[in-house]
Amino acid sequence: MTGIINYGAGNIFSLTAALDRLGIPYGMVNITSELAAYDRIIIPGVGHAGTAMRKLQESGLADCIGQLVKPVLGICVGMQLLTAYSEEGDSVLLDIIPLKTLHFEKRIVGKVPHMGWNKVFHQNQCQIFDNIEKDAYFYFVHSYFIEYHPAFTAASTQYGLQFSAAVQKKNFYGVQFHPEKSGEAGERLLLNFSNLH
Amino acid sequence: MLAKRIIPCLDVKDGRTVKGVNFVDLRDAGDPVELAWQYSRQGADELVFLDITATHERRKTTVELVKAVARQVNIPFTIGGGINELADADTLLHSGADKISINSAAVRNPALIDQLAMAFGIQFVVVAVDTRRVDGRNYVHLNGGRLTTDIQTEDWIKEAESRGAGEILLTSMDHDGTKNGFDCDFLMKINGELSIPLIASGGAGNKQHFVDVFRQSSVDAALAASVFHYGEILIPDLKGELRQHGIEVR
Repeated sequence: MTGIINYGAGNIFSLTAALDRLGIPYGMVNITSELAAYDRIIIPGVGHAGTAMRKLQESGLADCIGQLVKPVLGICVGMQLLTAYSEEGDSVLLDIIPLKTLHFEKRIVGKVPHMGWNKVFHQNQCQIFDNIEKDAYFYFVHSYFIEYHPAFTAASTQYGLQFSAAVQKKNFYGVQFHPEKSGEAGERLLLNFSNLH
Repeated sequence: MLAKRIIPCLDVKDGRTVKGVNFVDLRDAGDPVELAWQYSRQGADELVFLDITATHERRKTTVELVKAVARQVNIPFTIGGGINELADADTLLHSGADKISINSAAVRNPALIDQLAMAFGIQFVVVAVDTRRVDGRNYVHLNGGRLTTDIQTEDWIKEAESRGAGEILLTSMDHDGTKNGFDCDFLMKINGELSIPLIASGGAGNKQHFVDVFRQSSVDAALAASVFHYGEILIPDLKGELRQHGIEVR
């Protein structure tokens, strides 16, 4: 069963609705002791990375997530939380994946937020992209991005620059796009994650 | 590269779609959830629901609609109509809406944009603007275009952006319903001044109009209603046409 970190960071209705459609069972993780009940964990997230990090610390979950050996998937801001640092609010984050989360503004000439469907090129045989086309479109909404890194980037996207559309380090996965809003490719990715052990 | 978005717009009243819908294979042409699902299957990139319910029961029916759409549809959607305060937006967010669209309420109380952006992030806040040309200048119109203001459209859009709008949905009342094409010149002017996404609305009559609006004004998305509802333009055909013209679509 999949546990969803419930730390009050924005809306999780869309995510649970997608899991319901796919027949993926899930429950909520509110406190540290509830982590053990699940086979894998999703960290959702919409909003401000600094605020999300503070809420995660207040719940006590921030100290435990890095110790997990079961599959963990961060979505959008939930992915950014896995990195070391975000320019959003000059925030120190979980530092599970040693990368930085940076602001698009001043680095690209395009519009910010990066909003809409863009191509995601997966690499390194990352399992959550099994049976997904090499250049599938996913839906993005974000103003901050995770820098590209050959070892930790599991999929990359171009928007004025090349950034990490997905990252992976061991059992920790993160996606910048919203799989719950990305049509069939997004549903495939959620199913792939739910099959990880 | 970011794909250009095609957005069907559904007018909803008391939980049912209004305006003609003439799709084949629909069990219930008035059911917004079924229509939304059909559009997502056809390759629509996003959906907009405009709630024109006038009764005081509206909040309940709207929330039920948003929940039903969020449960069944796997693409993003925006809900607009009757959102006047933070509490309205909060309820819709927690019912599964990806974005809300505000129009007259924002003109009457511009600080609402700041409050919404602060509370929910700019990506949640679409500011819809209805514009009409009067003596060669574009002015903001309210109440579905019936009420004119002395606010110039360019000024209002810039203010909305600076207050925290994440996206602008610009409807040209002069073009809306004519099926003679989008107001490409004005959209190009506005788009050049914006650093947030712009959705073009009003005037779509054929596939070439979409080619023109993306080519000439470089907008991020184009919205239409009746040409999609009546099956005059099928989304897969439209995307094929756009692709042939070198316009990137999903």
